Amino acid sequence: MYNQTEIIKDTSELGADGELVINMGPQHPATHGVLHLVVTLNGETIKKIEPHLGFIHRSIEKMCESLTYRQFIYVTSRMDYLSSHINNLGCALLIEKGMQIEVPDRAKYIRVILSELTRIASHELWLGAMAMDLGAFTPFFYAFREREMITDIMEDTCGARLTMNYIVPGGLMYDLHPDFQKKVKAFITQFKSKVTEYEDLVTNNIIFQSRTKGVGILSAEDAISYGCTGPVARASGVSCDIRKIYPYEVYDKVEFDEVIETAGDSFARYIVRVKEMNQSIRIIEQLIDNIPEGDFVAKTKNVLKLPKGEFYSRVETARGEFGVYIVSEGGTTPHRIKFRSPGFSNLSVLNHIAAGGMIGDLMASMGTLDLVIPDIDR
Amino acid sequence: MFLKEYISDVVNGVSSLLKGMRKTGYYFTHPKEIITEQYPDNRATLLLSERFKGEVVMPHDANNEHTCTGCTACELACPNGTIKVVTKFEFSADGKKKKAIDTLVYRLELCTMCNLCIVACPSDAIIMVPNFEHSVFDRTKLTKVLNQPGSKIREGIE
Repeated sequence: MYNQTEIIKDTSELGADGELVINMGPQHPATHGVLHLVVTLNGETIKKIEPHLGFIHRSIEKMCESLTYRQFIYVTSRMDYLSSHINNLGCALLIEKGMQIEVPDRAKYIRVILSELTRIASHELWLGAMAMDLGAFTPFFYAFREREMITDIMEDTCGARLTMNYIVPGGLMYDLHPDFQKKVKAFITQFKSKVTEYEDLVTNNIIFQSRTKGVGILSAEDAISYGCTGPVARASGVSCDIRKIYPYEVYDKVEFDEVIETAGDSFARYIVRVKEMNQSIRIIEQLIDNIPEGDFVAKTKNVLKLPKGEFYSRVETARGEFGVYIVSEGGTTPHRIKFRSPGFSNLSVLNHIAAGGMIGDLMASMGTLDLVIPDIDR
Repeated sequence: MFLKEYISDVVNGVSSLLKGMRKTGYYFTHPKEIITEQYPDNRATLLLSERFKGEVVMPHDANNEHTCTGCTACELACPNGTIKVVTKFEFSADGKKKKAIDTLVYRLELCTMCNLCIVACPSDAIIMVPNFEHSVFDRTKLTKVLNQPGSKIREGIE
């Protein structure tokens, strides 16, 4: 086999000024959620990263244009599959705004509780996968233990574990499961007692800290100019929580803090997400005992027709701002639909934060961006 | 100064690693707190939620009767053409012409379990059941006819 010096001696593989191009990415386009990075290296230092997209492009935006306003919501679960409930919510909010449907209070409360549960589940999965990227194997199992309780709640109430499709324009598809409140409370107690395990295993771990602190630094100005949202921007000190700035549903009635860190490195992005899980728990605790009685869905017409015009709605998913933009001609299907997915903007910053660093640090920078590839490709 | 920093780094590092190892050791010595389900072996006791969306079925009662009127609401509600309702005309006892289903074809390989057909159905003729083991050797076996042979609509359903 080759060793390092032999490879560099072989000048045919090298570019003009001694650079080496390697492909980090899928071995096969049929594997799920793949991102192809063309990394230009000088020794171990990264000179340039070029993400190649399109492996999982399903033309969701075009597909939605042929579906009615009730039907297209389920497709958005397949974009950011880890916060599919929040994506569905964004689409439903747009239709309700456009048709001026008054959503019952009960539906609003349940939607917020389920959104926050989805956010925790997404961050749990990210935490496990991110620690595994950096070489720690066991945190994955600890994170999935808590996440499993949430997927159980989702399975009981929504009927699916990942692609829920529980939200319809005007409310919810069916009422809560009778055990919902009991199970959510059991989850909150479990989460609160177990969250210290993450601190012991990951946060305070010296190897994890030295691999993430000062790695992949993103300044606040760059976060704004690249269009970063969500925990990535908040770790750089940019206040961008849609739940605070443009409150939807009942977010203006609950008390929670927008988590902001100023360091802008990978460790700050990690801390923001861990703290956000605690804030989500805080929101759920305030709402879970106060779900009002009443209808769970508003009376809507059989065939939904948005009035002529342009509509935009935004929600805060686990990754940042998710926007839905619809141009309507007054028919039963959207004339043009565009999704503003948080993952795409967050990926565009990768070259900026990882170039000039070591290739071993690329995993930390990329992992903390929390990329979901179907969300980027759509 | 450098030596002091170096030694404190080593001490901190070792203590943080030991802290993590203690957690791992705790679960190693407490196997009862570990929740692992041995899936193919626990089929007898495996309980899925009754709402779990696994497959669309049409329930039939003891007289081999269903409640589907053939209104095609499910076919219209389906986003990806999973359901196809083939209707025919039946003559009832008093000579009246009545619309009824011939076959309700359900293509499981296209279904995304979005539940829109169940919500759209006005007579609750189709339901979702928590059956998730759909593997077959030939994908034509996934195209199913939901109404049983010889079945007819229950009396009094319009």
